[in-house]
Amino acid sequence: MRTCIWRSALVTICLGALAGSAHAQLQLNGAGATFPYPMYSKWFNLYTQVDPSVRFNYQSIGSGGGIKQITEQTVDFGATDGPMSDEQLRAAPGPILHFPTVMGAAVLTYNVEGLGSGLKLTPNVIAGIFLGKITKWNDAAIAAPNPGANLPPRDIIVVHRSDGSGTSYIFTDYLSKISSEWNNKVGKATSVNWPVGLGGKGNEGVTGLVKQTPFSIGYVELIYATSNELPYADVQNAAGALVTPSLESVTAAAAALAQNMPDDFRVSITNAPGTDAYPISSLTWLLVYEKQKDTEKGKKLVQFLTWMIHDGQLHAPALHYAPLPKEVVAKEEQAIHRVTAADGKPLQ
Amino acid sequence: MANPSANPSNSPSVQLGWPLASTLTPQLRRRLNVGDLLFRGLTALFALVLIAIGGAIVAVLVYQSSESIQTFGWGFLVTSKWDPVFKEFGALPFIYGTIVSSFLALLQAVPLSIGTALFLSEMSPNWLRGPVSFLVELLATIPSVVYGLWGIFVLVPWVRTYVAPALSTTLGFLPFFQGPNYGVGMLTASIILAVMVIPYITSVAQEVFKAVPLPQREAALALGATKWEMVRLAVLPYGRTGLIGAIMLGLGRALGETMAVTMVIGNRADISLSLFAPGSTMASVIANEFSEATYELYVQALIEIGLVLLIVTVVVNICARLLVWSVAGPNAGTRGA
Repeated sequence: MRTCIWRSALVTICLGALAGSAHAQLQLNGAGATFPYPMYSKWFNLYTQVDPSVRFNYQSIGSGGGIKQITEQTVDFGATDGPMSDEQLRAAPGPILHFPTVMGAAVLTYNVEGLGSGLKLTPNVIAGIFLGKITKWNDAAIAAPNPGANLPPRDIIVVHRSDGSGTSYIFTDYLSKISSEWNNKVGKATSVNWPVGLGGKGNEGVTGLVKQTPFSIGYVELIYATSNELPYADVQNAAGALVTPSLESVTAAAAALAQNMPDDFRVSITNAPGTDAYPISSLTWLLVYEKQKDTEKGKKLVQFLTWMIHDGQLHAPALHYAPLPKEVVAKEEQAIHRVTAADGKPLQ
Repeated sequence: MANPSANPSNSPSVQLGWPLASTLTPQLRRRLNVGDLLFRGLTALFALVLIAIGGAIVAVLVYQSSESIQTFGWGFLVTSKWDPVFKEFGALPFIYGTIVSSFLALLQAVPLSIGTALFLSEMSPNWLRGPVSFLVELLATIPSVVYGLWGIFVLVPWVRTYVAPALSTTLGFLPFFQGPNYGVGMLTASIILAVMVIPYITSVAQEVFKAVPLPQREAALALGATKWEMVRLAVLPYGRTGLIGAIMLGLGRALGETMAVTMVIGNRADISLSLFAPGSTMASVIANEFSEATYELYVQALIEIGLVLLIVTVVVNICARLLVWSVAGPNAGTRGA
């Protein structure tokens, strides 16, 4: 009886293996950033209709993990919200290319009774608040660009992300550019030593704290703020214009930098020039080895990247991600040709 | 051994036990001995595997944090700056936050749990005992992220509007109840921890009280003791070591709790006497920062925090064991629940 069961089990396993190899699917493994995860999972899902022979497996373990895994070659592609540093690139066994996928932004949300959406904030005010130098809502620096706003004489309670996140990276990168004091004292990273404030875990943690704590201010992802209808501030950009965060103004930030975009795309677009550009915007990247060890996988990856920067972009706004401007797409088309097989032969 | 189901006829004689062992055939006796040896070997192996796992955990933690240990040395334990940008790491605020939040949680949970357990085992009417015990145990099954959400949406506003203002007006002369009150902070974290450890302490304490022999109680009552005197003289001394075991279980849970605490403690790497101030614990900083730790030393520092958490837990447990011995004699620990 027992042997009979074993035998049939064995047969089943063999049949299963045969069936599996009959319509073999190529699996591409990736890991990294959490911020673009909803976009990526939508793309990977849609792409199975474009090319049924390929399947994606993406683990959103965070940008740090993505960089680590691609460096250790345990995945076929990585993903990150902050570009890899020169040091990190040197640590990898081969040259790694950055491919921008979509764009995101951090918005300042607040909870002050009587203040609706659209509080106007200048770079000096934002840096002052997060450095702990502007401590009252009725500070003259806040009042100046907001004539007529009812600003209470209360302490400002600062809320930031407690977990390491791409959103914190974008925001501290912005602060480092607009304030030399921030740059010297705090710097930019996915987690920093915040001079003041409370930490909330995740966008929902920050939102929860801001919503419940009167007179607080914090930053969350644009997508999160718009889909939860949080009040958020207009920010004065490098050109001096006050800009409301939106998908259009985020895309404008990348467009403004398109001419000066470096060939490796490792560029911060915070505090971008251009009157329409929302200044706290960022790209997010896929990380791919220039020389693909597995030619078959490399081919599929290149095909996917091409699809992503064209057709894929059309799906971005529906998920509240800002699509790449056409100037960047054109530049990426060139860059995709740099991905080759291990022997240097082109993959397309 | 090849076919154990083939000789069912032998099993009745095996069940007769050792006094009759000499009447069994020599082969059977030998087989019984082999089985015994096998059993002993197997159980010993299980015990050794546990020890090996423990040792392996420590070894891996030490190995994976070796660079951080070399870079910061003992300073890691006494430095309070945690700055991933400038690569300076010190664990003191997290050690402080972990110990203080757990200790405060026990301060609230222990009287409540032991009171509940006493009521359930000594005074509660029968029809009430079942449902209340069930509810208490139900509390233990709630996932900690749910506690965290409840903390954010219910506990935090409640602490901010009622508890903290009341404390600062009545006990505001103490440094613990001064400073701005945000709702999130050490006090809120300790309350949520208390709620989370209450079911553990209560159900173990209830078992401990159940184990007190009935004649012990009857003797006290027969001598004219009131209910309280009976509890104080007969029940509590008998269950003392078991109770300390229960409290240690609660403490262990409080030290390692991550999610719920992270959601309400405010996550600030500061040491402040005020319980209203935000803090941070070892478990919460690991949960917060591990996934986005972008360079090697940073990851190593976080792993070293894990190592320190393990050491703190062991030290706290040893202290507790010593405490048990000092109050109840060196053999008392063996009778614990």
